[in-house]
Amino acid sequence: MAELSYRDAVAHGIAQEMRRDPQLVMLGEDIAGAGGVFKTTVGLLDQFGPDRVRDTPISEQAILGAAMGAAMTGVPVIAEIMFSDFLAVCFDIVANEMAKSRYMTGGQMSVPVVVRTANGGGSRFGAQHSQSVENWCMMIPGLKVVAPSTPSDVVGLLAASIRDPDPVVFFEHKSLMASKGEVPDGEVIDELGKAKIVREGSDATIVALAYMVPRALEAADRLAEDGIDAEVIDLRTLVPLDTNAILTSVTKTSRAFTVEENPRLCGWGAEIASIVAHEAFWDLDGPVVRITTPHIPLPAAEALEDMAIPSVDRIVTTVKENLD
Amino acid sequence: MFDPELMDYANRDPRLPEPVDQGNADLGIDLEQRLDLYERQQVLRQFEKRAYDMFLQNLVKGTSHLSLGMEAVSAGFGAAMRQDDYTFATYRGHAHTLSRGVPLGPVMAELLGRENGLLKGKGGSMHLTSVEHGMMGSYAIIGAHLTMANGAAWSSQIRGTDQVTVCFFGDGTTNIGAFHEALNFAVIWDLPVVFVCENNLYMEYTPIDLITAVPNPAADRASAYGLPRIIVDGNDADAVYMTALDVIAKARSGRGPSLVEAVTYREQGHSRADPGKYRPKDEVAAWKARDPIPMYHQRLLKLGASEGDLASIQQDVARRVDEATEFAKAGRHPGEEHLMSDVWADGGSAWRN
Repeated sequence: MAELSYRDAVAHGIAQEMRRDPQLVMLGEDIAGAGGVFKTTVGLLDQFGPDRVRDTPISEQAILGAAMGAAMTGVPVIAEIMFSDFLAVCFDIVANEMAKSRYMTGGQMSVPVVVRTANGGGSRFGAQHSQSVENWCMMIPGLKVVAPSTPSDVVGLLAASIRDPDPVVFFEHKSLMASKGEVPDGEVIDELGKAKIVREGSDATIVALAYMVPRALEAADRLAEDGIDAEVIDLRTLVPLDTNAILTSVTKTSRAFTVEENPRLCGWGAEIASIVAHEAFWDLDGPVVRITTPHIPLPAAEALEDMAIPSVDRIVTTVKENLD
Repeated sequence: MFDPELMDYANRDPRLPEPVDQGNADLGIDLEQRLDLYERQQVLRQFEKRAYDMFLQNLVKGTSHLSLGMEAVSAGFGAAMRQDDYTFATYRGHAHTLSRGVPLGPVMAELLGRENGLLKGKGGSMHLTSVEHGMMGSYAIIGAHLTMANGAAWSSQIRGTDQVTVCFFGDGTTNIGAFHEALNFAVIWDLPVVFVCENNLYMEYTPIDLITAVPNPAADRASAYGLPRIIVDGNDADAVYMTALDVIAKARSGRGPSLVEAVTYREQGHSRADPGKYRPKDEVAAWKARDPIPMYHQRLLKLGASEGDLASIQQDVARRVDEATEFAKAGRHPGEEHLMSDVWADGGSAWRN
């Protein structure tokens, strides 16, 4: 076991896979010489050389197109899009090309690409560098969507994403970069589509993702002081979605809450609320409640951004109000 | 400023083909190679005509974008490419698919939406792909596939093969951002890729010269990326073939990418929904007089081929197109088992447990 930061875990996970597969390459803006603007790729250029770790111009379409073209001809690729907001610049390739190519070619084409991107708020960067856009990708048939919350999940889920023959969008959270955690020694490989119960409880199920996981855990500790025993589920991947874990938990607790950083309309929790309402309706003691960022562009000012993104206080208050 | 006369496309000055030397006897292409180029053009012409007939019979649904009049470009490049090279094309991709040796029957069946189609009926006319033939796809939102072509070329570099990637697109594509991103990227990474602009003078319905800052939409942009300006007569299969040999050899030997503009003409409208009435009549007539296939036919006769040789090629192709038509018509409509298959590598479409 070694303690790693979330940002170091990214480079650690990539290195593990680049050692395993000598053909695996990566490309992106400022990832080689500079080690990434979030320092998530530090040391990879020295370890694997300029042919495998390549800097690109500011050309997001060229980056993802090159990744896709290489992948479909037998070379697996990790592509970095610096901020997840920039996915909109190259969304044609994400949503129309890599997601659809296997289906529309009758199963002929395989596109083993991992698109890594820094997601989410908390950095006071304003509306174009802070959004939580995992729901953009969740709604596209043909994309897998991953968003880890801990360093060991970063390593294990990166390995699973890289080894997956389908395109994966891998969201790294900006506000988790400095957080630390234990990562097992040796090769770490996890599984896509498996949620984790990160706190067991019997009174309410709180489903969270990425940066909202530590907040949900802190909220659960505070709720416990008031005698409410909350179970917290870290979804980890949105596609495939581990509905069994959610339904099993809700059957036990009879109440379901989602904590989502994405703006409210069509956020990932809406699908979960729909599934729970449909498939666990008779186990519920009350409505499914979504705790989300409001349906607004994210503001820059510290005071406003903190009001927008679900806080520990808001989670505690909302759960308490609804259980009363 | 808005000029209504400029918008009256059918009455604007026609853009006529440049006069060209009809001889071309001394290009060093032997008669056997020329007969192959003739056969390739016959296949593309007769296939596209049959596809159009099947559309009129309501057998081809949806849309289709034909290459009638533009056959010399894909024939010339197809003949110059190696079997393991890669092709990327747009929605106007029937010809580029057939040029890679993909059998006619499955392509025709795909247009008819049948289970025996190239893509099991799931892609249709605009997405023809045959990975085993190096035909890496037809892409219906222009631009992106130029960036993918870079990726295939990069992959050849990584794997240490000397495969070349050839990427076809229309004049309209030169005004989308991905074109410019892709060219810059190909040059800085020194990629073995050839970009071929089929300039048929119209971006869908709009004359390309009215909406482009330079007269030659691809060639006049080449210098911005440090590439030579290459324009070829896209109605002359010999000229295309010689240019293709040259730029493909350059890419294969590690001397980097090329951008070729092949000037040609779409003999029909943009898609099956478009009668093409916005084009001046004398322009259409002048280009029909420069139809690549009768022109090539005459050249072959001058070079010693007999009418009998050429007739037998035509008849053989006609038979193949008939067989492909029968194969396609005999295919069943895809069943429900295909609806939910092949979203993921495991063959299924499950997004939850």
